[in-house]
Amino acid sequence: MGLKEKVFKKSLWLFHLSAGSCNNCDIEILDCLTPRFDVERFGMKLVGSVRHADVILVTGIVTKKTKKRVLEIYKQAPKPVLVVAFGSCSCTGGIFAEGYNFEGPLDKVIPVDAYIPGCPPKPEAILAGIVKLLNK
Amino acid sequence: MVKELFYFLVFPGLLFSAVIGGFLSWFDRKITARVQFRQGPPLLQPLYDFLKLLLVKETILPKRGSQLTFLLAPVFALFGATMAAVFILLPAFGIATGFAGDIIVVIYLLNIPSVSYILGALAAGNPLANVGASREMKLILSYEAPFLLVLLMVVIKAGMVISFSEIVAYQQANGAFIGSVSGVIGFIVLMMCIQAKLALVPFDMPEGEGEISDGITIEYSGTPYSLIFLAKYIMLFVLPALVVSLLMSGLPLQGWHILWSVLKILLIVLLITLVRNTNPRVKIRQAMRFFWVWMNLLALIAVILAIFGL
Ligand code: SF4
Repeated sequence: MGLKEKVFKKSLWLFHLSAGSCNNCDIEILDCLTPRFDVERFGMKLVGSVRHADVILVTGIVTKKTKKRVLEIYKQAPKPVLVVAFGSCSCTGGIFAEGYNFEGPLDKVIPVDAYIPGCPPKPEAILAGIVKLLNK
Repeated sequence: MVKELFYFLVFPGLLFSAVIGGFLSWFDRKITARVQFRQGPPLLQPLYDFLKLLLVKETILPKRGSQLTFLLAPVFALFGATMAAVFILLPAFGIATGFAGDIIVVIYLLNIPSVSYILGALAAGNPLANVGASREMKLILSYEAPFLLVLLMVVIKAGMVISFSEIVAYQQANGAFIGSVSGVIGFIVLMMCIQAKLALVPFDMPEGEGEISDGITIEYSGTPYSLIFLAKYIMLFVLPALVVSLLMSGLPLQGWHILWSVLKILLIVLLITLVRNTNPRVKIRQAMRFFWVWMNLLALIAVILAIFGL
């Protein structure tokens, strides 16, 4: 593992993008920062600006309205950037798969590096997903 | 010439203060984590963050905005922080350099990083960055007056000398200034000013990440952002060192004194961290009122007490 890859994996900054979620996944992301799960151990932190992001966590289905914005945000992030489909909604469409404004799962819109299913995913599942991302 | 370059680049300039500053930033994050009953990041985390931004990430330039200013602002910030480190740390360590009046130079140098952030933010052409820049400007206007008053108090107590080495030497001969009433008041005011200079909670409204998404640094990515990080690490070491040399008789490096010097710096950083963990972010109006009314009042009292020799 080269130096570049090592420092990248040791300091992943998370940017949280809610495409069209029911807000449950978003709360579950904040759970990971609490004392019990504490992802700062792995050097991760939530950042406010997409220019600082290394990982984009996309929650919720991509709707007709947000598709343009999701693409925009993805283009604004400095590369290399990892994309995580967070929750059943962005993985497959979940309970909104039949919705009139559903624009297909996230990987039809932008390339996805990891999927964390669940509605919403448990913090344990999120940590498992993060570990898989780190070992990729 | 070689000696000056060594001072600037290695000790106590760029390399030394960046390493210590990085360590202090880890210390700050670790204490924060422990306050919240968390585990906290590993020791090398500041190094990882810096190297990642420097080596791995892409640099994006703003399309609408002045790209040259945008790129140069972090360089100026780093330069100002390093120069301040050289001018403050050499006298604090008791290495005989400096000249009469270097305090006045340091006042200007300490402002260069903040002013460069403002320039960079305004050059980014992003509305949120502009909001952050205007807040930072107001913050500078508010904390600068009490800061100068505290410096005046220190100068009066040291018998009207305006050179760092003489102030440090005076304290080493006659006891630290913090042992007097005016010294304690000055210490409180100075700590608040430093909190604002470092833009930490409760005075972190220039970068409030919840409301204006990192404000002044919103458009920065890659190498320029890593330079801003480096400047911030250095400031996190330099400003506590300033407090220690103004009020707590410097950082002597002989024998057992090293231990005391380390403890002094850690104590100041610990205080900063605890203040930042136990307070909410205030509004810019509240911060201005806090500095203009209360801190100025306290600082004036300290100056008057110092004139009467208390
Ligand atoms: S996956 Fe479930 S919890 Fe998450 S946004 Fe979709 S419906 Fe809400």
